[in-house]
Amino acid sequence: MFADGFGAFLTEFGPLLLEGVWATLAMTLISSALAYLLGIPLGVLLTITAPGGLKPNRTLSATLGWVVNMGRSLPFVILVVVLIPFTRLVVGTTLGVPGAIVPLVIAAIPFVARIIENSLAEVPAGVIEAAQACGANTFQIITKVLLREGLPSIARSVALTVITLFGYSAIAGMVGAGGLGDIAIRYGYNRYQDDVLLAALVIIIVLIQLIQSACNLLVRHIDKRA
Amino acid sequence: MKTAAIEIRGLSKSFTVNGEASEVLRDVSLTVAPGDIYGIIGRSGAGKSTLARCVNLLERPTAGQVFVSGQDVTHFAGRDLLDLRARIGMVFQDFNLFAQRTVLSNVSFPLEIRHDGAEARRARAQELLELVGLSDKAQSWPSQLSGGQQQRVAIARALANHPSIMLCDEVTSALDTTTTQSILDLLRNINRELGVTMLVITHAMSVVHRICNKVAVLDAGRVVETGTVADLFAHPQAAATRELLRADNGAATAVIATAAAATPTATRRPQHDAQEAGADHHVR
Ligand SMILES: Nc1ncnc2c1ncn2[C@@H]1O[C@H](COP(=O)(O)OP(=O)(O)OP(=O)(O)O)[C@@H](O)[C@H]1O
Ligand SMILES: [Mg+2]
Repeated sequence: MFADGFGAFLTEFGPLLLEGVWATLAMTLISSALAYLLGIPLGVLLTITAPGGLKPNRTLSATLGWVVNMGRSLPFVILVVVLIPFTRLVVGTTLGVPGAIVPLVIAAIPFVARIIENSLAEVPAGVIEAAQACGANTFQIITKVLLREGLPSIARSVALTVITLFGYSAIAGMVGAGGLGDIAIRYGYNRYQDDVLLAALVIIIVLIQLIQSACNLLVRHIDKRA
Repeated sequence: MKTAAIEIRGLSKSFTVNGEASEVLRDVSLTVAPGDIYGIIGRSGAGKSTLARCVNLLERPTAGQVFVSGQDVTHFAGRDLLDLRARIGMVFQDFNLFAQRTVLSNVSFPLEIRHDGAEARRARAQELLELVGLSDKAQSWPSQLSGGQQQRVAIARALANHPSIMLCDEVTSALDTTTTQSILDLLRNINRELGVTMLVITHAMSVVHRICNKVAVLDAGRVVETGTVADLFAHPQAAATRELLRADNGAATAVIATAAAATPTATRRPQHDAQEAGADHHVR
């Protein structure tokens, strides 16, 4: 391991690993952001159309629930393959970071929608009722009460989503997206270069810890509940 | 006679749970005059909260009518419904403050949803915080306040839109005795100084005794007795009333003296044959 010393290792593989870090971060962070952008409205819809919700709608609720469950039960590798034509249509390629982002986002939307649904369910019914009693309309209750009061819980979920997508990005890497997972597999598994595998692994662990800590810090800052 | 602040006529409400309908309110009628602090008392499950929620239509009556300031609001929807709710303040047992908003922002919420300007909202909220004695807590978070303080914030929030009516559902049930007294005093001051009519839901006779001028006793979804508070304490008619008086011994004894002095001539309206209804429900 590190056969020619750490310095030599860094010179040889440093740029590769650094590029891997960027590719992984770009894939996971961009797709997380897009997944929240699209998953939040879906989660809100799931919440308000549910029986006893603000706008109960049995048909819509059941349909959305079914679509979300389908999306969540499809293994990611299969999703990547199935989505190839769609990915090409949207970003013009199935390779590299852009090619990976499409399946990552599609996989994450139902995941995020369920998380949002859970977060919004934590908002006490009495608080929603207080807003209704003030004369708030449904849209105001969603934006000014549900999402606002659910924000700490939503923020807490960000680390979970990012870390999950981090894992998915390694699989996306196998189909040509690059990134740390791809490096670990190509060098460590295919070429028996344990030092590269180890370095990639350490970087992955450190990044995940950093993401979790940053998220915890954020939550501590915004959560005003007891 | 002046137009009633709240008039409920023949109101019934049933809930359907698992295909089975249960009647929670049965043919309830009562009239709350402007300036009243009208108590609705009954034991747990009697339907008190449901009745209060029918006034601002958080709950839709199954039958009957609700009049607010002379207007039949029973079938209000859309903009009218939201405006009606804005005109009626509501305070709850567990405060129901917005945990992610400061005290100031909680109090100005009813104005925010009406799209009032930031400056007007702030000024009104400050004024109300002064009224409830919490001007120094404007920038605090609800979680940093005691129960009594949180309830004061909730009361301030309920007043933001200058309501003529306030619905108070068990607002002191989560508070200790001293805090309860100070909250009740606050409500009475609001009634006297701002002329806000109040519907006070409670299971405690001591609350009725302390602030209400009129009262209706609710038992298993029926009004079994209505009248002035002095009268009710002096000559309880329905079995349910006597039971509630017994349960709240302190209030009962405190009032024997007051009631003895009071004139027992006020109009009584024992409803639905009070004794019989009371005895009936006793069997359960
Ligand atoms: N949304 C609902 N669906 C089904 N049943 C309900 C609903 N709301 C209330 N009930 C039932 O109606 C009855 C009266 O409830 P309500 O909350 O009005 O009683 P309450 O007098 O306020 O009691 P408490 O003193 O415990 O608050 C109860 O049996 C309750 O289970
Ligand atoms: Mg109740």
